[in-house]
Amino acid sequence: MSTTDETPPSLYAAREPIFPKRVSGRFRNLKWIIMLVTLGIYYITPWIRWDRGPELPSQAVLVDLAHRRFFFFFIEIWPHEFYFVAGLLIMAGLGLFLFTSALGRVWCGYTCPQTVWTDLFILVERWIEGDRNARLRLHRQKKMDARKLRLRITKFAVWILIAVATGGAWVFYFADAPTLLRDVVTLNAHPVAYSTIFLLTATTFVFGGLMREQVCIYACPWPRIQAAMMDEDTITVAYRDWRGEPRGHHRKKAAEVDAAPLGDCIDCNACVNVCPMGIDIRDGQQMECITCALCIDACDEIMEKIGKPRGLIDYMALTDEQHERSGQEKIPVWKHIFRVRTILYTALWSLVGIGLIVALFIRPDLSLTVAPIRNPVYVTMSDGTIRNAYDVRLRNKHGEDRDFQITIESDANLFVLAEGSDNALILVPADSTKLQRVYIMAPPDSAAATSAVTDVDIWVEDTVSGERAGKDTVFNGKAN
Amino acid sequence: MSNKPDEQDGVPTTGHSWDGIEEFDNPMPRWWLWCFYATIVWGIGYSIAYPAWPMINKATAGILGFSTRGDLAADMEAAEAAHGDLNAALASIDLTEVANNASLDQFAVSKGAAVYRTWCSQCHGSGAAGAIGFPNLLDDAWLWGGDIEAIQTTVMHGIRNEEDPDARYSEMPRFGADDLLESEQIDQVVNYVMSLSGDPVDAEAAAAGEEVYMDNCAACHAEDGTGDRDQGAPNLTDAVWLYGGDYDAVMESVENARFGVMPPWQGRLTQAEINAVSVYVHQLGGGE
Repeated sequence: MSTTDETPPSLYAAREPIFPKRVSGRFRNLKWIIMLVTLGIYYITPWIRWDRGPELPSQAVLVDLAHRRFFFFFIEIWPHEFYFVAGLLIMAGLGLFLFTSALGRVWCGYTCPQTVWTDLFILVERWIEGDRNARLRLHRQKKMDARKLRLRITKFAVWILIAVATGGAWVFYFADAPTLLRDVVTLNAHPVAYSTIFLLTATTFVFGGLMREQVCIYACPWPRIQAAMMDEDTITVAYRDWRGEPRGHHRKKAAEVDAAPLGDCIDCNACVNVCPMGIDIRDGQQMECITCALCIDACDEIMEKIGKPRGLIDYMALTDEQHERSGQEKIPVWKHIFRVRTILYTALWSLVGIGLIVALFIRPDLSLTVAPIRNPVYVTMSDGTIRNAYDVRLRNKHGEDRDFQITIESDANLFVLAEGSDNALILVPADSTKLQRVYIMAPPDSAAATSAVTDVDIWVEDTVSGERAGKDTVFNGKAN
Repeated sequence: MSNKPDEQDGVPTTGHSWDGIEEFDNPMPRWWLWCFYATIVWGIGYSIAYPAWPMINKATAGILGFSTRGDLAADMEAAEAAHGDLNAALASIDLTEVANNASLDQFAVSKGAAVYRTWCSQCHGSGAAGAIGFPNLLDDAWLWGGDIEAIQTTVMHGIRNEEDPDARYSEMPRFGADDLLESEQIDQVVNYVMSLSGDPVDAEAAAAGEEVYMDNCAACHAEDGTGDRDQGAPNLTDAVWLYGGDYDAVMESVENARFGVMPPWQGRLTQAEINAVSVYVHQLGGGE
């Protein structure tokens, strides 16, 4: 069909490797601290012990899938209390909205696991292969000599160690950590543990070592959503082009100064060299920028060296630009942050949080659900007594076995019995539920026995703590 | 129409033009093509390995010999094997001891419920409330005994059947159909029997019926009317009537007698299944 023999241009663009240069400064220091704290939380948390008595696990944070329990220090969540997890997820969402509308992609730049682990992997790469220029040279060197091979193998080995530790730490959240570690090392652990470790090792290695910024640019949906939360008051990283342009190399000779007035930007590319996303912030806000602020540190360092004021690249909002260009007074940071939008997000966030805390402290340690058995609705006993049956599920959230006394409250003359028990005193094992069939009976020819429906409450009382819980239900008589 | 390359990009066009809008003739993306080829290869491999091509009677079997029926059989076997210990324990245990073993009891009740739904619910109802002529298993009135061993015996051998020589057996005479009693006597005894459980009756006839009862019925149903579990003779004084407690129903029972049959389950069910369903029925609310 084609009239030309030329092959069409390739639609594929290879990734340009990025070799971020080492930088120091206040934002870099902040990032180191955040990395230390977040990684510390991640690796250490499963090893914190928490005494809950002999019947319950002694791991402070444990997702016990086998027994359908979630332990978090003094809090224990049962499956029917999953709304706590939903609430926390809503809070996490609202929290991200809040931070994004106030500070832009601050989550991406500082705390996102992808950023933290990529930072760690780049740190290792820099230790082993050297800073930007050394790594660039190594990259351009086509021949795989002994030195390059040694450096590459060392780097990959350390990366894999980190990746294994990362994947390994994850599984400790789901089982008793010391036991699992022993089982993993002695090859006695469950295959699921090994496959999870393998999978997370692989993803950590690939995402942190090989894919890096591509995950943020191509795979992550969050940057796209974030755009909806940012406005002209959102604080992001920006370049003061009105101060920096026209850029040009710093000239020392007085004669050259006359030629044309230059801006503060000396076009040293320091901001570009340190960028982990491989962009030039001087082109303005762009999709790839995760606002990690490393370019601010890099530029400030240069500005200090050449005796110019810091902040050629700086955290600022879009409205600041208009103000600064027109020489107006600077808008204080708190005015950017405290606006209707962020206050609303904070209010919603706090509301959900307070709701969860209240729910956490008022929930009872025993509870019951009652399901009347409707097949049949009633049974006639040989003496003419009318009997209804109920499936009652009793929950004992204590760390020890408890005797629960079942009683009923009703205006009618009714009495209660429990299957397999003479006195309706039911032993519910520690931290578990018990399904118990309960019978409510009306004497022959009594009002409840002959009428259609009688209201009745089933109560359960913890014989140790005296705590009570009740549910209302109905008694069906012969008129049904 | 011509498929000349686009002026700006140099990409060939398909040559089609709609209102001056032309269509690039770009190649399919390489990854898409390879995925497409891969699905073809996969499809060929799949149709060799698994049942695929419809033939006249059935589809080709595939060299892996896969079938959903075979999968089910394997699943059932695996489930059976997984419960092997529990089933063995349940088959050999003294049933009065089951209640003392919480895990075995729970297993027996669950298993018994499944057995019950499969084999028993047709007559006794899915909720075990029974029906006219089919005993309610929830109440405390038992024809042949309601302790767990009596229930087990009933399940194993059944009632009044021809298949099992150990079946529980009894037969009430047909007092009317075989002319054993006059119809007046029958009316009297029906009134008397109904009066035993406090139902409203013709007091005169009931009083006369007492003698008829003592002569003809008391041998099995006992002088006080409380019945005899050794013969499966129902208690006539309680509020539970297997065939109905109104005049017509009781009259029919005396006139033509009743002959309820239950099949034996020994041989059809395993001992573990029989024991499980016995435990299940025993804990429904009437167990003694």
